[in-house]
Amino acid sequence: MRYLFYPGCSMQRTARPYLDSLHAIQETLELELEEVHDWNCCGATEYMSIYRLPAFALIGRNLALAQQQANGSSTVMAACSACYLNLSKTDHYMREDSQLSQDVNTALQAGGLRYDPGTIAVRHLLDVILNDIGVERIRELVTRPLTGLRVAAYYGCMIVRPDLEHRWENPEYPTALEGLMTALGAEVVDFPLKTHCCGGHMTQISPETAYELIRRLVHGAALYEADVLVTVCPMCQLNLDAYQVEMNKHFKTDYEIPILFVTQLMGLAFGKDPDELGLGREFVDSGPALAKIGLAALDDEQAPPSPRKKRKKEEGLPMPPPMEGELR
Amino acid sequence: MVNGSDLALEVELLEAEELNLVALVEAQTPGDTRLAMCIQCGTCGGSCPSGPDMDHTPRQIFAMLRAGFKDDVLRSNTPWYCVSCYLCTVRCPQEIRITDLMYTLKRMSVEAGLYEDSTAPDLSGTFVDYVERYGRSFEFGLATRHNLRHRPLSMPSMVPMGFGMLTKGRMDLTPHQIEGLDQLRSILRRAKELEAVQ
Repeated sequence: MRYLFYPGCSMQRTARPYLDSLHAIQETLELELEEVHDWNCCGATEYMSIYRLPAFALIGRNLALAQQQANGSSTVMAACSACYLNLSKTDHYMREDSQLSQDVNTALQAGGLRYDPGTIAVRHLLDVILNDIGVERIRELVTRPLTGLRVAAYYGCMIVRPDLEHRWENPEYPTALEGLMTALGAEVVDFPLKTHCCGGHMTQISPETAYELIRRLVHGAALYEADVLVTVCPMCQLNLDAYQVEMNKHFKTDYEIPILFVTQLMGLAFGKDPDELGLGREFVDSGPALAKIGLAALDDEQAPPSPRKKRKKEEGLPMPPPMEGELR
Repeated sequence: MVNGSDLALEVELLEAEELNLVALVEAQTPGDTRLAMCIQCGTCGGSCPSGPDMDHTPRQIFAMLRAGFKDDVLRSNTPWYCVSCYLCTVRCPQEIRITDLMYTLKRMSVEAGLYEDSTAPDLSGTFVDYVERYGRSFEFGLATRHNLRHRPLSMPSMVPMGFGMLTKGRMDLTPHQIEGLDQLRSILRRAKELEAVQ
């Protein structure tokens, strides 16, 4: 299956392991990815805060480049949820608002480009994995099942909301990622906060606001004794991983939930080498979680992985304990 | 004592202002925002992850817009604390595009220069600067420039994270530049010209 691919800025830097692990599994998945040539930043949530039309034109350039390059495949796949939404939203609003479409094209003309709304279908990597490849096929590809690994499946916001193209069954409580994790052999834990916000850019604007949102998610995963939280977005990974450390300092807590990308867990289940999947580059060590599926910790291969520290019950936050029978 | 016709005139003016402000906000937001359909139910504020830290809930902001409280709306931190999670948007029984409206209010507050805390507008501005300079975002530049300006005292405590990002190969010290930078700049220049006349 061939797709145009829009990696986005984060995947090339802060979420490099996401890109590396995607590349590591794409052959197994028979995914042919052709990068949109000379793509530019999608503007994240910032460009739109300052300019309206230029923000759409900025994204429009990427769609126009993709249209030029389409050559049989008219699907642009993005693995970053913010890039996915920005691309999808621009195409959608241009279809809906003819004045906007006209203005974006007037701007694009200054660069010798044009975009006809509706020519490109914008889709998220997870959508492609679930709907084009399918969970059944994934199950067949598993050579090292993630048996015993307890996973909290986290979607974040922008992949499922506002869901302009109605690609998901529910904007608040989707369940497809859980099915994928089960196919990999992992044990999926209940995770009611699965589409709650990771804090987004609030880490830079009001860290206290962000830390509280990060705490809720990490606490939720810890409460149901998840070994790892799986994500499909670079921003979510950065906030929940790197800022989990800062959040612990802020609240004087000691949560240690490793945050991995969906492609990393798929790679592990397909028997790939952890190094190739960019594992070991996270702030919260995934070593103890990997040890559960029989893989040695990466940084310190001689030393046996230390048992995971559990928070003492009396230090817990004033939250009701999970109901009997919900845990192992 | 206010006589009847004065009162009627006042009501009329107030209604005109209300229509103006709601219409103004709607005109600057793509598509049909349905702003005028708000029934003041408060689902938005109750759903908002950063609601507790906002000066006003989105519901209050919409009531203020209708009442013509332009400056108060543009001074509020509410739009800037919107994290773009779209939870209010999908829950709104009137299907108001709340997140998109928050973007419009951010732009209006920058234009009017009315925001009280410049942290969020500056973050967006710095981000825009880098995108226009290189065609890609530049995390290292953004993080250092933004934190030096707004949270200089936090810089020492950010060192371990920055160092971690560098050693884990998750951050570069130099920006990536696209080939078609001139093309992109021409497009953005034209878009800004068009936006200025609208």
